[in-house]
Amino acid sequence: MPKISIDAIILENKPLGSDIYQLSVACPEIASCAQPGMFVQLQINREMLLLRRPLSIADLDAAAGTVTFIYRRIGKGTAAMTSLQPQEKINCLGPLGHGFAMTAKNPLLIGGGLGIAPLLFVAHRLAGQADILMGGRCRQEMFWPELFQPYARKIFITTDDGSLGTKGFTIDLLPMLLQQEKYDQIIVCGPEIMMRGVAKIAAAASIPCQVSLEKRMACGLGACLSCSCDTNDGRRVKVCKDGPVFWAQEVL
Amino acid sequence: MEQSALLRTELAGIKMQSPVWTASGTFGFGEEFTDFVDLHRLGAVVVKGTTLQPRRGNDGVRMTETPAGMLNCIGLENPGVDFFLNDILPRIQKYGSNIIVNISGSTVEEYGILAEKLDVPGVAGIELNVSCPNVKDGGIIFGTDPKAAAAVVTAAKKHTSLPVILKLSPNVTDIALMARAVEEAGADAISLINTLLGMAIDIHTWRPVLGNVTGGLSGPAVKPVALRLVWQTAQAVHIPIIGMGGIMNADDAIEFFLAGASAVSIGTANFVDPAITMKIIDGIADYLQLHHLNNIEELIGKMKL
Ligand SMILES: Cc1cc2nc3c(=O)[nH]c(=O)nc-3n(C[C@H](O)[C@H](O)[C@H](O)COP(=O)(O)OP(=O)(O)OC[C@H]3O[C@@H](n4cnc5c(N)ncnc54)[C@H](O)[C@@H]3O)c2cc1C
Ligand SMILES: Cc1cc2nc3c(=O)[nH]c(=O)nc-3n(C[C@H](O)[C@H](O)[C@H](O)COP(=O)(O)O)c2cc1C
Ligand code: FES
Repeated sequence: MPKISIDAIILENKPLGSDIYQLSVACPEIASCAQPGMFVQLQINREMLLLRRPLSIADLDAAAGTVTFIYRRIGKGTAAMTSLQPQEKINCLGPLGHGFAMTAKNPLLIGGGLGIAPLLFVAHRLAGQADILMGGRCRQEMFWPELFQPYARKIFITTDDGSLGTKGFTIDLLPMLLQQEKYDQIIVCGPEIMMRGVAKIAAAASIPCQVSLEKRMACGLGACLSCSCDTNDGRRVKVCKDGPVFWAQEVL
Repeated sequence: MEQSALLRTELAGIKMQSPVWTASGTFGFGEEFTDFVDLHRLGAVVVKGTTLQPRRGNDGVRMTETPAGMLNCIGLENPGVDFFLNDILPRIQKYGSNIIVNISGSTVEEYGILAEKLDVPGVAGIELNVSCPNVKDGGIIFGTDPKAAAAVVTAAKKHTSLPVILKLSPNVTDIALMARAVEEAGADAISLINTLLGMAIDIHTWRPVLGNVTGGLSGPAVKPVALRLVWQTAQAVHIPIIGMGGIMNADDAIEFFLAGASAVSIGTANFVDPAITMKIIDGIADYLQLHHLNNIEELIGKMKL
């Protein structure tokens, strides 16, 4: 798939929850070909920032030519992003990486924190075929169910403090869900510790599991080796180019 | 005048479409950029630092942004020279650009062995990296001691017929001393600068940001330092210089030519805009035309004092 670097027009940049924002841009070139799990390197023309910041594609509308990102304000770059205004231009480099294999018939998506973002695009593509299990800290952070409502079959929620859904972590609820339903695949994205936990449970239940990794990136093109990672069979892979999506047994 | 006539030039016997190169470690093997760049318009593609044995590089965080720059501690991850020759070189030759291989050894002999192995059709030259700040055995010692640097050049020259470029470290007190030593040892050209040693600390965790604690600083932040070192080197030697360090646009590149560089190399800027080298080439040609110059060579070392 050819990659491009192009100025996209910002359509919307609005808060979804505390410190979490949704950015939509008009970018037909990327909207027409990107697959779930792929990401874009965004150039933020603020505060003399130099490097781009990688964000997963959270959703897109190929017909309308729009691409949506959901991001957490965590450092300088994402803080600067919150001041981006509609009609401004933002340079998008993408689509980057390779996405999820979309072969499952009855998958369970599992997301934690901002790892839930790319799963929205997966759920959209699977159009009512996928269940989602999502975890967050508290009710205030859980604006996600509303976003998933049009796309997902069943939605399961855990929060650390029990203010919404089941109290605890996603991996606490997972064994029960696997008993209730015969899922043919698990797709997980979130903190590494959570992905490891999910991968272990999936392996024990003999369910194939895809994970999406995150590493600091400079080029996003496989050239600088900022994002190298070991595979279990002793190879070195680049998360930006060979990933970010891998089969769990390859990398965890 | 046609752009190609303005920019076409030669350096250490290497015939080039333009005086714009890509810096080792920032441009992969060139093939990663083919969606954005016509590789044959580049003067040369300098590939990632290559060693005798494969190296896995450093663990932990390998890069972080700093004001107007970035720190990296990749640690010379590469698949080794044999894999490069057998698997990568045949694949990237077809793009028709000059391929320069950047090499690192942990002993003088290793530089000789690497130079000999790489003396094959398809490789246009060898760049000796004696200045990687991120590995203990990555040659940094050869980059700070003039005698050791000269020994590395001698070893490489003895084992290859290809042009040999020595890449200098900015982390020295007297660059002229280093430059003269490698010129006397027979280097065909000098490239500089490699990254400046730096570090960053996470004030929330009290830990170093980089897995290797220290790393190499590159990007616009280093440009004034790089320009000064290129100028000082140009005063000290007669062999051609490939200047680099923080070049982000054609104007930056012109400064390096005026300071005495015969070619420029683009590094960190490739991460910001993967098509930047093409824009820099066009910008240099426009500048030459505007100033009624017939070729890039009319600009080299022409700073007026
Ligand atoms: C493939 C990929 C997809 C991503 N998708 C999303 C997403 O959809 N939504 C979202 O909110 N975030 C996502 N991230 C993480 C996001 O890129 C970082 O949060 C962002 O780059 C931080 O920039 P900053 O300038 O605000 O932070 P900085 O000031 O640079 O650093 C603040 C903290 O952010 C972390 N960080 C910095 N740079 C990166 C980086 N390039 N990758 C990962 N962590 C980093 C560091 O651990 C640091 O502690 C993704 C990362 C990758 C690699
Ligand atoms: C991620 C990264 C990896 C690098 N790897 C190498 C390397 O393998 N060998 C080498 O000689 N220089 C390496 N360098 C240094 C660059 O080639 C160049 O000398 C330096 O970055 C200054 O130029 P710039 O400011 O334009 O990036 C690397 C630089 C970066 C940023
Ligand atoms: S970010 Fe440069 S190789 Fe992955």
